[in-house]
Amino acid sequence: MSTTELEPGLAAPEQGPRTLAPFGRRACRVVANERIGPYDLVAVEDETGPPPLAGQFYMLSTATGWGGASGRPHLGRAFSVCRAHGRRLEFLLEAIGPGTERLGALDLAEDVWVVGPLGIGFADPEPGGRALLVGGGIGVAPLVIWEQALRTRGVHTMTLLGFRNESYAHAALLFEGQLGVATDDGSGPWHHGLVTELLEESLTPGDQVYACGPAPMLEAVRRICVARTVPAQLALEAGMACGFGACFGCVVRTRDGYRRLCVDGPVVAAADLEEGWE
Amino acid sequence: MTVATARPKGLAVELGGLHLAHPVLNGSGTWDAIAAMRTFGAPARDELPFAAFVSKTITVAPRGGNPPPRLWETPAGLINSIGLPNKGLEGFLARDLPELATLPVPLIVSVAGFSLDEFAVLVEGVADRPEVAALELNVSCPNVKSGCVIGSERGEMAALMARVRPLTSKPLIVKLTPNVSDVVPVALAAQEGGADALSLINTLRATAVHPRTGHPWLGAGQGGLSGPAVRPVALALTTQVAARTDVPIIGMGGIQSGRDALDFLQAGASCVAVGTENFRDPGAGARICDELAQQLRAQGMDSPVHATAAARARMRIA
Repeated sequence: MSTTELEPGLAAPEQGPRTLAPFGRRACRVVANERIGPYDLVAVEDETGPPPLAGQFYMLSTATGWGGASGRPHLGRAFSVCRAHGRRLEFLLEAIGPGTERLGALDLAEDVWVVGPLGIGFADPEPGGRALLVGGGIGVAPLVIWEQALRTRGVHTMTLLGFRNESYAHAALLFEGQLGVATDDGSGPWHHGLVTELLEESLTPGDQVYACGPAPMLEAVRRICVARTVPAQLALEAGMACGFGACFGCVVRTRDGYRRLCVDGPVVAAADLEEGWE
Repeated sequence: MTVATARPKGLAVELGGLHLAHPVLNGSGTWDAIAAMRTFGAPARDELPFAAFVSKTITVAPRGGNPPPRLWETPAGLINSIGLPNKGLEGFLARDLPELATLPVPLIVSVAGFSLDEFAVLVEGVADRPEVAALELNVSCPNVKSGCVIGSERGEMAALMARVRPLTSKPLIVKLTPNVSDVVPVALAAQEGGADALSLINTLRATAVHPRTGHPWLGAGQGGLSGPAVRPVALALTTQVAARTDVPIIGMGGIQSGRDALDFLQAGASCVAVGTENFRDPGAGARICDELAQQLRAQGMDSPVHATAAARARMRIA
């Protein structure tokens, strides 16, 4: 949604789909932690939280061993919900730093501090249109729950995924519908190249695009969709300290000024972004 | 009944004329009550975990803030370089103040001017509003006329107080910066100029190097360090100021527990403010308040007021 009557540099509140979070943080028990290629899929039992919307996220930290030997991680880490069934929440993560390393090493029956669901999620496509889901790497996470939600409602979906190599592409197994996969190195029985090449081949007028992945991928998706006048919603990522609007750290530049991804995202309409946003 | 008033009994404190249910506040810029209500709904208002709410700093003109990245996690801490994004005085009064006025606790509005004239405009614009209980002067910005950070030099501090003190009878709290060679002369200038309370510390100047490029990580080059990493520094500065002044002090810097809060009371603070810990735990203020009550009981102290008074009396004798 576009915003009006703005002071320079400070965007007005976004009104996307949102499920409110219980106030405060709560301990959730780890009920599964499985490997999917190089990724970890961590499942927790959320006794008191509401079902999240696709595209919303949670702040996670471990109840013990957060802080490690080096004093990091200190702050929680933001993760889009990957799947949600009943009280079970699942998060896909890749161990790339002290926070994700600790979370990836979670044992069954450990407790995780959870704040969420947070932010605004994906908005429904126009009736009758096809939903084209475009994911890159760890960014496929929110598209898993979104694909499920759309298929449940009878929306025609097509999912295009890009990964570094065949090993990472194991995450494609989380999807159920029509699928196209690309790998950067050409490994596996997939397209050798970029997922955005698949997007250019597949995109038709009337599609609604939903994308999550690295910023350069999202910028390419934005450019393609603008050129073809296809609406796109992009789930963005930024370093985040709190997840609920307190720190003003997670801003991204939009046409209306800086927008906090935690309360006015992480899902942002491609039309709200300009070249150079990333 | 709200949680703000449902904290353990016997914790009431007075802060420069404000009567507070307990001594736990939020640090300015570490809690956006409006965003919290959008995220958590009415409980973020009704169960606000602070005895008074300190707004994010407002300036005369609207500001977008610094270019990202704005954050860098450190061992037990956080460097932020946010740049005071805000709607400006007019936007704050029209759009934020009506929402903040619905909070169940006194409202303290933080203001920062880039000149004495700007401070005067802000104090006059905010203090007359009945929704506002007190003002906090954020003196960590440079005075564009002198080039000095107002809070870094006692002459600047004295001039600021001389300018704004006559404008309002509401409590004025001065938020001191630790980025000075000696904080005591600035604190004394604030007190002598009529400050009703002092708060400290603001963040410690800090920077981080991009792990790949070797250039500064933060969009603005440098920022301020907060979190448990700064707590011993904050305790030392609180002690120094408490020993040399008489006005109440809001102590802050890396408070994560009731034990940490009690440390600040025993360094002479009357109240404490929670900052970075809010980011990790939105309910931290309530938890810290409850833990502080337990700590006071365990140490045989019947109220935070007595802990503070004992500390300041001890300092005067020493």
